[in-house]
Amino acid sequence: MLRIPCPWCGPRDETEFCYGGQAHVPYPADPSTVDDADWAGYLFFRDNPKGWFAERWMHRAGCQRWFNVVRHTVTYEISASYPPGTSRPDVA
Amino acid sequence: MRITVDGVQLAARPGDTLASALLRAGRRVLSQGIYTGRPRGLVSAGVEESNVFVQVLSGSGEPMVRATEIEAYDGLRVRTLAGKGLLPDEPDEARYDKTFAHTDVLVVGGGPAGLMAALAAGESGARVLLIDDQPRLGGRLLASRAVVDGLAVHDWVSSMRDRLQALPEVTVTSRTAVVGYYDHNYLVAVERRTDHLGSAAPATMARHRLWNIRAGQVVLATGAHERSIAFADNDRPGIMLAHSATAYAWRYGCRPGRRAVVFGAHDGALAAAVELADAGVEVAAVLDVRDVVGADFAAALARRGISVQTGATVSGTLADDDGVLRAVLTSAGETVAADLLAVSGGWNPAVELFSQSGGRTFWSEAAAGFVPDTAAQPTHCAGVLTGAVSLARVLSEGAGAGAEAARAAGLDVTEPATPSVEGELREEAAPAAYFCVDSAAEETVFVDLQRDATLHDIRRAVGAGLTSVEHIKRYTTIGTAADQGRGSGVLAVGVLAQLSGRSMAEIGTTTYRPPYTPISFALLAGRDRGRLADPERVTAIHDWHVEHGAVFEDVGQWKRPWFFPRPAESMDEAVRRECAAARTGVAMMDASTLGTIELQGADVGLLLDRLYTNVFSSLKIGSVRYGVMCGPDGMVIDDGTTARLAEDRWLMSTTTGNAAKILEWLEEWLQTEWPDLDVRCTSVTDQWSTVVLVGPRSRDTLEELAPELDCSVEGFPFMTVRQAAVAGIPARIMRVSFSGELAYEITVASWYALAVWQAVFAAGQPHGITPYGTETMHVLRAEKGYPIVGQDTDGTVTPQDLGMGWIVSKKKPDFVGKRSFARADTSRSDRRQLVGVVPVDGRSRVAEGAQLVSHGAVLTQPPVAMHGHVTSSYHSVALGTPFALALLDAGASRHGEVLDAVDDGHATAVQVVSPVPYDPDGVRRDG
Repeated sequence: MLRIPCPWCGPRDETEFCYGGQAHVPYPADPSTVDDADWAGYLFFRDNPKGWFAERWMHRAGCQRWFNVVRHTVTYEISASYPPGTSRPDVA
Repeated sequence: MRITVDGVQLAARPGDTLASALLRAGRRVLSQGIYTGRPRGLVSAGVEESNVFVQVLSGSGEPMVRATEIEAYDGLRVRTLAGKGLLPDEPDEARYDKTFAHTDVLVVGGGPAGLMAALAAGESGARVLLIDDQPRLGGRLLASRAVVDGLAVHDWVSSMRDRLQALPEVTVTSRTAVVGYYDHNYLVAVERRTDHLGSAAPATMARHRLWNIRAGQVVLATGAHERSIAFADNDRPGIMLAHSATAYAWRYGCRPGRRAVVFGAHDGALAAAVELADAGVEVAAVLDVRDVVGADFAAALARRGISVQTGATVSGTLADDDGVLRAVLTSAGETVAADLLAVSGGWNPAVELFSQSGGRTFWSEAAAGFVPDTAAQPTHCAGVLTGAVSLARVLSEGAGAGAEAARAAGLDVTEPATPSVEGELREEAAPAAYFCVDSAAEETVFVDLQRDATLHDIRRAVGAGLTSVEHIKRYTTIGTAADQGRGSGVLAVGVLAQLSGRSMAEIGTTTYRPPYTPISFALLAGRDRGRLADPERVTAIHDWHVEHGAVFEDVGQWKRPWFFPRPAESMDEAVRRECAAARTGVAMMDASTLGTIELQGADVGLLLDRLYTNVFSSLKIGSVRYGVMCGPDGMVIDDGTTARLAEDRWLMSTTTGNAAKILEWLEEWLQTEWPDLDVRCTSVTDQWSTVVLVGPRSRDTLEELAPELDCSVEGFPFMTVRQAAVAGIPARIMRVSFSGELAYEITVASWYALAVWQAVFAAGQPHGITPYGTETMHVLRAEKGYPIVGQDTDGTVTPQDLGMGWIVSKKKPDFVGKRSFARADTSRSDRRQLVGVVPVDGRSRVAEGAQLVSHGAVLTQPPVAMHGHVTSSYHSVALGTPFALALLDAGASRHGEVLDAVDDGHATAVQVVSPVPYDPDGVRRDG
């Protein structure tokens, strides 16, 4: 079980959180101008790297707030945790 | 102490395990091969045991436990097993608890290395948890005669325990097995608290306790398991791991045999021979596969009049009439009479937890075992686990690992002095990596005793072209028994290496997975059993429903009245009566479970415009609007009505059971995409309770209850909301309808719910008011073609598929889902669409989930093309026929077509009709 650092509550067990997939996939500003291929990309396609990955979590059993985490998909090491709307920190 | 085995009483001593008591009583044949039926006896004294499992009958009972792991107590009753145990029929009345521990340093294993590690870390001031699976600390020292720091080992262990107990931040837990090592240094352990106490167990104490441990640093001092050697007829009772034999002699005080042959491949086997000789066992022969053995050991044996035969192996064994060992056949052609054959092929470091943590192992030639390599987590390994052999080295490694862990945890450490060790022979000759004495009788060369798998099976697997040890494991089942390959895993790798000419390193081990030892479901469940397994939510009116005979249905966690049968009334009859009341008179329902979310702020209208397919920002105060919510992929995720109570105050209702999800949906968009919007939302489902009043006579009933409220069609039009006193209680009344009839939803603070419910029930009596449940609600809504999200939709259904294109705004530049309606797949005209279906015979109700196929399709000739499926199905009083909703390919254009609805091989002819068969023009909603 991961130990996830909530930016607001501190480190907590994974069971308190729910997963939100890849971070930094914003809702397009004007979807009507997005072509079918790019829209399908937004809907269905996500990165699946072997290595560091920025992903979203929500502290469901705590503050119920969303945030982003940089996690290594092989070692599960977590190198950063930061609020939504801020850019991915330059770590790892 | 008296214990009972298979109905026979035996004596046991304090400190005995069931196994040692059995051995002392001379019981040799205790099990049999699961497939071969061959007699089997104890092979070990601990967790390695792969032969003797018993069903515990006393206390809480347990279906399958190693005899070597059961502490004897007065009154213990067991039955030996030949194969699997049986789950008891009676419910387990014992208590199981959970505990959570956070520690700087967790030390796993209370042997010499673990004790030193705990001391080193503890003296630094670190919070330390030392966990050991045995009743007493000391590990392998308990069967040793070494002298440590001038003390006999038992005294030294006691002094260590005292020193640890004097440290305030150190906790020592015995009888606790770490069974899982998971991510981020999260470990799970099982503590056995009362099993050894028998009837003396305090009633208030939990039987087992599940430890959830989060450790900053972990020191693994898990030791090693002795490895056997495979040879012909190596499964007879009397053939035992050498150090288990010495443990029986020196730890439990029971002689494992009278006349022994020792067979080994490393100096440790010779040490065992010395121990057996000193315990009074006649050592008839010592066979060592190596050509060179440790001189110290050879000398020690020579002093006892025992010579070592080098380059020698066991070629077979002979048994007496009971199948018990009586003689050992040697490679030199001798037949040596013996009732004990002590075998030691070497040590398998107990890398299971290390592997579970993600760490890699490698084959060490020096140790002739797989040892830890790179750790994947903050893990420190020490002692025999690393391949260390001498006690002095084990002690110093333990101290070093404990100090290293405490330092990594941020503490200043002074490493304790390594204790001096006397009386230990120095292992000086290299061990041999030796696994199997080849034999023509390869079907008697057992590699996995519990699976009865042999050299023959491995050879067959290799012959079948298998090379990977993982494949061979699955082909032969070696390593898949209850011991998870502890006894057979590395042995099988060794045999494979011998057969294939590959190296141990090349083949590697199979993957070790939790749990290390079995863990019961009862323990995992803890106290969350029965009614505590999942919360039950009931409304404020629940007790009334119970008193009035409601039959309940689970909707999410809610208990909802399903229907209210009268005495001797069937469900169908009750639902028919309830439906008739709603369509012709007046009926009432408890709708308090409907998810309710209050939204406040200047931008609520904007948010709703973005999340619902239709426009909400234009909604007038005091009005209500129905909306459908979609995901970005255009698929329906929820629907419901939203009322605007004030300029900046809105009330949203969601599908029952969907409230939490939709609140999270709103929050996700607000937090991650539109943090600039001035909106706050909170769930108020529990704060408000709602009574639904339905039917042509509902206005009469409401007028009586709320004399100050203008209930006329003009004064209180459809889709508006009013505040008024109902039976003197402040209430919010909405004119919405989920049945097509004139209907009101009366919402009050939950503490008034029962009073209002009773007042409505009383006021409606002159009109024959009828309480109804969810089944009638479903029938009423289905007759109107109102879909239920999650029942008639499944995440692949758009509003257009539901025939609700009218609710999708063409004017709004965007809303979540809009872009997807223009995708090629989403805009297909032949998508599965909502239709009604009625049986052609006018009588048969089709099953929910039934597949729709072409009429007359031959079901016995697959594939049968499936056109759709039934999502809801009811008897309809209003229509006078059973009626169902279904999703059908291009359904909107197939009204009138006849299809077959197939359920369990049975076809019913149905006709496709409009999904809104009842009052399609909506003339009834004004009463």
